Amino acid sequence: MFQRTFMGAVLASTMLTAAAWAGELVINTDTSDPAPKAAFEALIKGFEAENPDVTVKWNLFDHEGYKTSIRNFLTADAPDLANWYAGNRMLPYVNAGLFEPVDDVWEANGLNESLASAKGSMTIDGKIWGVPYTYYQWGVYYRKDIFEANGIDVPTDWEAFKAAGAKLKEAGITPITIGTKYLWTTGGVFDYLNLRTNGYDFHMALTKGEIPWTDERVIATMNNWKELLDAGFFLENHAAYSWQEALAPMVQGDAAMYVMGNFAVAPLREAGLTDDQLGFFQFPMINPDVAMAEEAPTDTIHIPANAKNKEDAKKFLAYLARADVQSQINETLGQLPINKDSTVGDDKFLQAGYQMLSNTDGGIAQFFDRDAPAEMAKAGMEGFQEFMVKPERMMDILERLEKVRAKAY
Amino acid sequence: MTAPALSDTPPTSKSWWKKNQQRLAPWLFLAPGIFMFAVYVIIPIFQSISLSFYAWDGLGTKEWVGAANYVELMDDDAFYTSLKNNVLWLVLYMLAIPAGLFVALFLNQTVRGIRIYKSLFFFPFVISQVVVGLVFAWFYDPTNGLMNIILGWFGAGPIAVLADEDYVTYGIIAAGLWPQTAYCMILYLTGLNAVDPEQIEAARLDNAKGAKLLWYVILPQLRPATFIAVVVTVIGALRSFDLISIMTDGGPWGSSRVLAFYMYEQAFSEYGFRMGYGAAIAVVLFLIMMIYITGFLWKMYRDETGR
Repeated sequence: MFQRTFMGAVLASTMLTAAAWAGELVINTDTSDPAPKAAFEALIKGFEAENPDVTVKWNLFDHEGYKTSIRNFLTADAPDLANWYAGNRMLPYVNAGLFEPVDDVWEANGLNESLASAKGSMTIDGKIWGVPYTYYQWGVYYRKDIFEANGIDVPTDWEAFKAAGAKLKEAGITPITIGTKYLWTTGGVFDYLNLRTNGYDFHMALTKGEIPWTDERVIATMNNWKELLDAGFFLENHAAYSWQEALAPMVQGDAAMYVMGNFAVAPLREAGLTDDQLGFFQFPMINPDVAMAEEAPTDTIHIPANAKNKEDAKKFLAYLARADVQSQINETLGQLPINKDSTVGDDKFLQAGYQMLSNTDGGIAQFFDRDAPAEMAKAGMEGFQEFMVKPERMMDILERLEKVRAKAY
Repeated sequence: MTAPALSDTPPTSKSWWKKNQQRLAPWLFLAPGIFMFAVYVIIPIFQSISLSFYAWDGLGTKEWVGAANYVELMDDDAFYTSLKNNVLWLVLYMLAIPAGLFVALFLNQTVRGIRIYKSLFFFPFVISQVVVGLVFAWFYDPTNGLMNIILGWFGAGPIAVLADEDYVTYGIIAAGLWPQTAYCMILYLTGLNAVDPEQIEAARLDNAKGAKLLWYVILPQLRPATFIAVVVTVIGALRSFDLISIMTDGGPWGSSRVLAFYMYEQAFSEYGFRMGYGAAIAVVLFLIMMIYITGFLWKMYRDETGR
């Protein structure tokens, strides 16, 4: 009896390895949080069911480790697929010839049509370098109940926004919570202020290094920011907190708003906020002459240039780009699908984000650190953090950023 | 010349080894150590030096830029911040030595339950630097941290130590001093075990006590312990990295960086794609260490040769 099961196991395992030889697809991802992990599990299972001759080998990394190890594995021991981000974040790998262009996958599967919205951020030098599978909106998450208790309506323009903040201050509540220890949160605030003050085209030109940081228009953005700082809009001592730690004041009712991405919803809910207490609104208009642009970072999958099994990798990308697959994976992720024929989950924040992004005529930015090259992004966000604590150093900071711009591009 | 001798008497074929055994044996034993030292220390040093003359993103082709990285360093505010902090670390970290000595003298008694007290003082040395960093980050937390709660009792604060460019480096050094003091204390405790009781008795008979006894009789006997304490403390100060990474990530706005951290940021971190520039920083750090290493080697040489 034992022997037979043992033999069976041996037989099964040999067959498995044989199958693995037939077509093994290696995927490296950093989707180690619970929701993304579940989404990828389902994605891979679905792909294997449709392609029985391909076995997927999935290597899961943690976030921070992935960012440093991707450089190593792309050059030394490349998987067949690896996830990464759109925009400038993939530029170093594209420039170093470590990613494979996948225009043919887009061509063959009609993705130019169905993924059109993300095509721009996937294109470098006229070639397309991967397949986007999810994105999520940024905006202002707020405590509905606190707004109601203080008789504040959702602000849609700058004056109303400042008035709302003043009222909250009066009630002893910090208007906006933020944790800037890991810097990137400042990028979100700057992006929105700049997008609303100067518009999408200017913002993109700035992050591409075409405009000096000491430009009048950048100063205008900073002055708008300074208005908020002078009014005490932001959480005190934010430089000591990570973005997760800054959630606490909002949960406790000491702060009312958070300029964040949609991923903040899950921890806020887990901390006990109900959908009656938690709301979302679009970052208010500042300059009425500027079309409203939004921020929605896109996550993507790429084929490394050194991949061994590019044929199956392309099959996988085609599968991933499909409308029904994107619907399903984003349902689990709690994010928005890129494919225009996909359906969006019925979560109220997803729906709100989808509505907002579908009606955006100003353009969709990735995020400060994905639109600007690494060196500029780091210096920029550091400068924003300093500015938020020492607004009087504005010109020094901008001049320093200008110095970095001269070197980084 | 030896060839005929070899063929004449077969046993002499072993004799080369036998003859040179005394000379070779030490090298054989040293070989693994020398090999590892060369591969992981000596060769990388020269690689870093050569890399510092290139612009390289770690992925594509290297581009020779000569001394441009160093020229840029001279004009880099962040570099001077790191340098200044490194000096602060080097100077203030030395406090661990007298503090360790003081604690060791205090604990070097035969009292009931002294082992429990000792183990309490050993404790910070045993836990990981990462944990020390987390504990102190909590301690400094502006809203819920113990420090600000205590300050609050006296109507002071809150001081956001880790969010203030004027305090942050001192805050991190204070955290680092905790385990480092424990380390020095351990060194001094073992040193105190070896102090000659007869000399102390003799000194007492000559009516020496207190500070004079410590300075003229005990401290000279603790010189080996002090030497090692200085060595490990300088090394600890120069490689201060984990605490900074955990507690502030170099912030706020880069004001708690040291050279080692800045090098990591430039070369390997999330936004770091400048291997050459990072290497240039590493070379500067190496030169600083070189001053100290030279002194160390000179002292070793002097001791070995008996002055």
